[in-house]
Amino acid sequence: MSASPLSTTPAEGLSSAHFATHLSRSAALPAWWLDAKKAAWNQFTALPLPSRTDETWRFSDLKGLDLTGFGLPEAAPQATPKHAAFPQSAELVFANGQATRGPVPADLAGRGVIFAPLEEALREHGDLVRSYFQKHPANLGSEKFVALNTALTATGAFLYVPADVEVALPFVVQHTLTGQNVAAFPHTLVVLGPRAKATLVEFFVSGGAASERQLVSGVNDLHAAEGAQLTYVGAQHWSRQTLAFQVNSIAAGRDARVLSLNLHLGGRQARHESHSRLLGPGAHSEMLALTVADGDREFDQRTLQTHVAPHTTSNLLYKNALLDTAKTIFSGLIIVEPDAQKTDAYQKNRNLMLSDEAEAHSLPGLEIQANDVKCSHGSTSARIDAEQEFYLQARGIAPAAARRLLVTAFFEEVLNKLENEDVHAALTALIASRFQA
Amino acid sequence: MPSLEIRDLFVALAATPDKPIVKGLNLTIRTGEVHAIMGPNGTGKSTLSKAISGHPDYVITSGDVILDGKSILEMEPDERARAGLFLAFQYPSEIPGVSIANFLRAAVQARLAEGEELDATAYYKRLYSKMDMLKIDRKFTSRSVNEGFSGGEKKRCEILQMAMLEPTFALMDETDSGLDIDALRIVAEGVEAMRGDKLGVLLITHYQRLLDYIVPDFVHVMYDGRIVKSGDKTLALELEAKGYDWVKQELAAATA
Repeated sequence: MSASPLSTTPAEGLSSAHFATHLSRSAALPAWWLDAKKAAWNQFTALPLPSRTDETWRFSDLKGLDLTGFGLPEAAPQATPKHAAFPQSAELVFANGQATRGPVPADLAGRGVIFAPLEEALREHGDLVRSYFQKHPANLGSEKFVALNTALTATGAFLYVPADVEVALPFVVQHTLTGQNVAAFPHTLVVLGPRAKATLVEFFVSGGAASERQLVSGVNDLHAAEGAQLTYVGAQHWSRQTLAFQVNSIAAGRDARVLSLNLHLGGRQARHESHSRLLGPGAHSEMLALTVADGDREFDQRTLQTHVAPHTTSNLLYKNALLDTAKTIFSGLIIVEPDAQKTDAYQKNRNLMLSDEAEAHSLPGLEIQANDVKCSHGSTSARIDAEQEFYLQARGIAPAAARRLLVTAFFEEVLNKLENEDVHAALTALIASRFQA
Repeated sequence: MPSLEIRDLFVALAATPDKPIVKGLNLTIRTGEVHAIMGPNGTGKSTLSKAISGHPDYVITSGDVILDGKSILEMEPDERARAGLFLAFQYPSEIPGVSIANFLRAAVQARLAEGEELDATAYYKRLYSKMDMLKIDRKFTSRSVNEGFSGGEKKRCEILQMAMLEPTFALMDETDSGLDIDALRIVAEGVEAMRGDKLGVLLITHYQRLLDYIVPDFVHVMYDGRIVKSGDKTLALELEAKGYDWVKQELAAATA
């Protein structure tokens, strides 16, 4: 978990030399892991950057996908302020890759709950990690960047909750990245056994100046076995100059319920991919996302709801608030496989336009191979009208506060789906902080 | 004593700045006074109130509006409101998703010094007492601002906001329109309850009937963009009896 002493080579960026040094520092880890990393590095170097002809990158700013000049960070310059101030089961903080951990309460550890940095989990529970790591890749266009994550990841959390264990308070992970031209590759692996219940909240934040140029490629694998109930919240507030990829994979077994909520507040260009697979009858995936797109940022979201088993349900609601000259792209697909009769799938992208110059692209899609299903999708873009804005201002509410009020109201429908009031409040506060003058 | 002075004001639509709607209007309102501006439709009454509040559709091409000795023309609408102006809208906007409680809270918070936190308990206590005064059900606080409100509910909600924000000067644009007699009485009682030496009111109305409930100190007749006649409350009764044609004829005779 120590910070890598690798030097940055601005001219070329992440190189084979970087990788070789990273690998030598990981030498104590299982052989399968090192092999996976080598294969991933080869895949990363072999795969081309996305091109104009890639349908999965339609409307994306391809020029922004510039990986040159990045290196791995030195140790964090100072103590990292913690983000979550609500009651929690345990916490893991990664500051430039260096882990600080709070203890897992004895009663949970005694019941077999594991909540540990990924490298520790690889050493102590290698076979368990191996059986779930990248078992269901998302495959929505960012394969090159996922390969880079596998090759270079040294940070991230492993959460394992065994069968029939219900954990009320959330587990919290915070990743803080500080420095110019530094890169981070967090990998989160969550495994809930049959009928287990847990919540994981992750914060992804830049610790330094807003002008710091950073690269992040993060991957989450979420597995919910039969009857498990998983809530996953990922909130990113990267620096103004960050290029970020976040790729989620969700696998829900029979009667499992997974709620994932991704909050996107930062970055220059942030790509988010999320793929839910409904693998057993009765499985449900609730896919939620909230985005505050301002300045000239780009938020690029690609989703897939794959219904594999019959009697499965999924509900996707992605809400974007657009200001200034920001751009959002939502491209979502529902696939109903031939066996997935009685599927009930819903997908909706809603955009709140707070500026005439902002740009919201919406590409919803359906691919249905079964004949007895209920599927629908839709997208809406609503403009704040000038009369509403004037009405708020005429009551003395300054423009920034007025926008915060309107965006908060727009987001409330999604935030209300969170059971945990503390997490709800923490996200509301984080969103409000984006509107401070 | 604080005053709101409107000096030789010319107002046009921002889209057509060479076609004035308000054409050289003069009026001074002091706290403690209730002025009524009456006049036929299309004479520039609503334009006047919107321009003073800073509505972006209107442009003040000449003249000045002075609040407490300072011109407000360079101020943004929210600054004007915080400086003590309040516009009660003729057609209040619906704001889905923003509850009355959160909306008013943001407006009250906007008036606090930077870094000062709103005392939530005191806020709700005050909100509920004002709601009781205006006979507004407390369930209203969680409803979205004006969404699905009846005409009377919207106007009562405007008066509630005025009561909470305690402006120095209130511009009330056709507050009586769309109200049945019971709602009108409740609204008028609300305004009467706030009346006093800390508040100046400009009532804009087409009809005399509001003035049966809120008796003005001064009545002005507005016609073709300016005030053509001023008097006390008896002027309103005279207008009611004789109609606006009487003023027009008088005006025509004077300029003939």
